[in-house]
Amino acid sequence: MAINWFKYSAPTTFYGLAGKMIPWFAFPSAILFAIGLYIGFFVAPIDETQGEFYRIMFIHVPASILSMFLYLVMAGYAALGLIFNTRLSAMMASAIAPTGALFAFISLWTGALWGKPTWGAWWLWDARLTSELILLFLYLGFIALHASIDDPRRADRAAALLAIVGSVNVPIIYFSVRWWNTLHQGSTIKFSGTSMHIAMQHALFTMLAACWLYAIAIVLARVRSIILERERNTTWINELPEVRS
Amino acid sequence: MLDLLVLVVRRDLVLAMRRRTDVLTTLIFFVMVVSLFPLGVGPELEMLRKMAPGVLWVAALLASMLSLGRLFSADYLDGTLEQMMLAPQSLSMLVLGKITAHWMVSGLPLVLLAPVLGLQFDMSARAIGVLIVGLMLGTPVLSMLGAIGAALTLGLRGGGVLLSLLVLPLCIPVLIFGTGAVGAISSGLSIASHMSLLGALLVMALVFTPWVTAQALRISME
Amino acid sequence: MNLDIWMRENPFTYILCGSYAVALIIFVVEIAMVKHKRKITLQQVRLMRNAGDEK
Repeated sequence: MAINWFKYSAPTTFYGLAGKMIPWFAFPSAILFAIGLYIGFFVAPIDETQGEFYRIMFIHVPASILSMFLYLVMAGYAALGLIFNTRLSAMMASAIAPTGALFAFISLWTGALWGKPTWGAWWLWDARLTSELILLFLYLGFIALHASIDDPRRADRAAALLAIVGSVNVPIIYFSVRWWNTLHQGSTIKFSGTSMHIAMQHALFTMLAACWLYAIAIVLARVRSIILERERNTTWINELPEVRS
Repeated sequence: MLDLLVLVVRRDLVLAMRRRTDVLTTLIFFVMVVSLFPLGVGPELEMLRKMAPGVLWVAALLASMLSLGRLFSADYLDGTLEQMMLAPQSLSMLVLGKITAHWMVSGLPLVLLAPVLGLQFDMSARAIGVLIVGLMLGTPVLSMLGAIGAALTLGLRGGGVLLSLLVLPLCIPVLIFGTGAVGAISSGLSIASHMSLLGALLVMALVFTPWVTAQALRISME
Repeated sequence: MNLDIWMRENPFTYILCGSYAVALIIFVVEIAMVKHKRKITLQQVRLMRNAGDEK
């Protein structure tokens, strides 16, 4: 098993593997989105306190979870790249960043839209939304730093260090914001009753899986372009069928 | 170890004194930013008193960010930084020395100026006291986090703004606890938890940031 | 204020247009950007390859 891992840690082999994997994630993702939306809108019942508006949750919650999880994965790849000096790890980190940032944005946007009917305001400085905003800043900082450095190696390694420092800070930031918010009496999202209706749970998990698969597919597609760009001086790139045509 | 630290601090202080204008402009910036807020929101003392800790802390943050560009740039440009990195002594120690000197000329003056500005906002004496203690604990953390940013953005165009973009999110916990403490004392609540959290952040920063900054310097300089 | 009233009368339109449509647009834009980047990169690689062949 160890040998297989390192075989695919070279850009050469990973390029092909990623290309083959994309459809296996993209199509199931689309299907799961369809199923999730169906359950979310047609099977899940109306909520007593929130009415229909809670249905925003089915995109908001997966987006939030994914934005946070992707940051950790990105930081993980960044750490691997720094420790083992593997080019591909750094390329994966760069590939994840835009997707993570976009999910953070979706989370903020849908969060605001959910907030308006629920609390009466477009933005409420509740702990989670505020932490999400800071997470978006951390993503943008990573992307900005990488883009500002011309030398690819220095760019990779500097951004990687930033990602790691950020990931250590995320829990601290989250808890300090929660602290700040409870002192200022923030509101939390409540559903009628203590547990979520089973259909709501199904919808939520389906959408979460759909977003997850989408993220994998899009990141793999992006990393392929990054590999092409970085390795453009090598022979194997020039032998590729899509380049020859 | 300690000798090295003192040596580096002394050296940087001497160099900073030769360039007093840089230090002073940062302080003036701090005062100006603080004065802009009342001009922007109106002179009602009630509102200003509530805003005061936030305004002062944010201004301190921004002023720190401004001055951080100077931390490594001079040494980087004349080659001293490279020599420092080749030296057998611990780079983390050297970095800690530079950060300490930097804080002494950038952070400490802010702390000393804060009471005067606090009076402008009609803050009570107790509130000002808590503000000062908070700033004393917090501004070193800002300098240390900023040092990481300064090391990562060494020599880049657009450096100053980029540095702020990278470091400001990381400084948010300090901001929250610092302003929270002043808010607590104004409401008659205990500031113990805020202060201990600020203290904890200071300790963690002291332990980790010099080493991380040293790594960032190595990445930027190779 | 009109938005508030409209929102309560048309919850589904609000949800679908406001949230899901925006998310969908973002996904579509992201996919388009990735595709575009691939196209541009391939063009660049081809250019370099042809330039190299001319030697």
